Amino acid sequence: MLYREAGQFKASYQEDQQIFPIRQDKLGFIAILGFFFVVLPLIASEYWLQAILIPVLIFSLAAIGLNILTGYAGQLSLGSAAFMAVGAFGAYNFILRIDGMPFIVALLLGGLCAAAVGVAFGLPSLRIKGFYLAVATLAAQFFIVWALVKFPWFSNNSSSGVITAQHVEILGFAFDTPVLKYLLTLAIVAVLALVAKNLVRSTTGRGWMAVRDMDVAAEVIGIRPMRAKLTAFAVSSFYCGVAGALYAYTYLGTVEPEGFNLDLSFKILFMIIIGGVGSIMGSFLGAAFIVLLPIFLNVAMHALFAGSMPAGLGSNLELIIFGGLIIFFLIVEPHGLARLWQIGKEKMRLWPFPH
Amino acid sequence: MMMNDMASLGDTQTQAPDRHIGDVILDLQGISLSFGGVKALTNISFDVREHEIRSIIGPNGAGKSSMLNVINGVYRPQEGEITFHGKVRKDMDPHRAATQGIARTFQNIALFKGMSVLDNIMTGRNLKMKCNLFEHALYWGRAQKEEIEHRKKVEEVIDFLEIQSIRKTPVGRLPYGLQKRVELGRALAAEPTLLLLDEPMAGMNVEEKQDMCRFILDVNDQFGTTIVLIEHDMGVVMDISDRVVVLDYGKKIGDGVPDEVKNNPEVIAAYLGTSH
Repeated sequence: MLYREAGQFKASYQEDQQIFPIRQDKLGFIAILGFFFVVLPLIASEYWLQAILIPVLIFSLAAIGLNILTGYAGQLSLGSAAFMAVGAFGAYNFILRIDGMPFIVALLLGGLCAAAVGVAFGLPSLRIKGFYLAVATLAAQFFIVWALVKFPWFSNNSSSGVITAQHVEILGFAFDTPVLKYLLTLAIVAVLALVAKNLVRSTTGRGWMAVRDMDVAAEVIGIRPMRAKLTAFAVSSFYCGVAGALYAYTYLGTVEPEGFNLDLSFKILFMIIIGGVGSIMGSFLGAAFIVLLPIFLNVAMHALFAGSMPAGLGSNLELIIFGGLIIFFLIVEPHGLARLWQIGKEKMRLWPFPH
Repeated sequence: MMMNDMASLGDTQTQAPDRHIGDVILDLQGISLSFGGVKALTNISFDVREHEIRSIIGPNGAGKSSMLNVINGVYRPQEGEITFHGKVRKDMDPHRAATQGIARTFQNIALFKGMSVLDNIMTGRNLKMKCNLFEHALYWGRAQKEEIEHRKKVEEVIDFLEIQSIRKTPVGRLPYGLQKRVELGRALAAEPTLLLLDEPMAGMNVEEKQDMCRFILDVNDQFGTTIVLIEHDMGVVMDISDRVVVLDYGKKIGDGVPDEVKNNPEVIAAYLGTSH
């Protein structure tokens, strides 16, 4: 009853092309933003901020990146973690080697490094598709991690490539508490999510989707598949790179190349499969789901078999449930949680009437 | 001919631009195309005049679709010369053909299935949109203005094709006939001077065919678009075409106005059947 668009008339195309054309959606979104920006920093514990909210946000950003490439432009990639590593090590080196480098600029430059690397490894996409392309991006995954360990310059000659992120400071203001780090991460993720949404609803995004859905027709109507694919690789890797830099600077503090391994790439891929392929909101839902699921399972199992649980059962059970969910989503709802949310909204519009 | 009826009807409502057929805008001379040992087209020459509806007919495998693919640059013929708008073509790819004002629809619907009708038709405008990635990222000022401006054009196409009610529907959910119409819309949004239609009426029922005929004639009449049409429905072809070229096994066996083609013994033998 509350969710109705009746009576909301749009008198201009501008009104019709808003991100949230329905008033209730817009209000709901503002409420959620307010909750995350104002309420959560006040009530959330340090553990929640540092161990749950910050990683959810960072993974959401990486998932947006992969979603742009896989969900919108249709190019399968298994190299997201490697692009995150490029961003993290890039930002680290810019701050390390250039005096007075502002943090935000270093973050963006790290992202741009990742974008350049992404374009280089995206070149095979001009000739190959699908699984074969996934294997080509797998090469990026292994090569980049190898290169970061092999050449000590990247980690300023530390043993086994471990880097310790410098203190985050913007205009003399230190972001050293979990609350401040959380707010910084949230602000960056919110802005970049808006940018991603703008990209996918403009000509750039239509070009990506056209190439994804039917590349011959896209070419005939005047879209250059080459350009669309390479911009998708660039933008996607940029997002992964910024996510990687945040991963080092606001989440872990200390990272090593091995931390950005294939497992992490798969984790991000699962996020977009469960969250929703080709949906910005789905990236957030998927990231939240995958970060929260193990925590939830852990708590649930402790409550169920308090103390009597065999060691190792918990983590194995987690893998089993994980795998089961992936298969479930691929079969039942390939468009993930985002699609379920959309179906729910469509039902809400009519409720309590069936039609 | 039905064409004249339509034109006279149209006069009362909109002042149609001069529908009289102009000069040759596309001239193909001695086109040969082969894939390895298979000869798809052998020494084919014909021309297309401005504002006319030019049909290509022929049995299955005659090379009709290959001919369209040659015209819009998907295939490059091994031999022959193509002159478009007075310029001899040297190198060609589909993108360049699109920039020169050639748009087309496909035999098997080639829409972007995951996108809405509106977005599909908007892709037709992409060559006319000038903003870059960074402006899109901000969606502010010029980028937004451009989006709205082109949305207006797209809405005109939507009105023209009478598909207002489905503009937000993903095209994958639409029935076949409407998908064909959306595909025509995407091509029209590019405001082409030359429109290539590959079997626009295949698989349609009588009403849908009538609708599609009306759209094709209206496009030709109101926008003055030159149309090259491939179609198997002989009734439609003979009714709406100005001139017809007939292919068989990659060779041209007939060319002329519908009545001429209808009575060409070679065409009758190859295609229309002897009982005609």
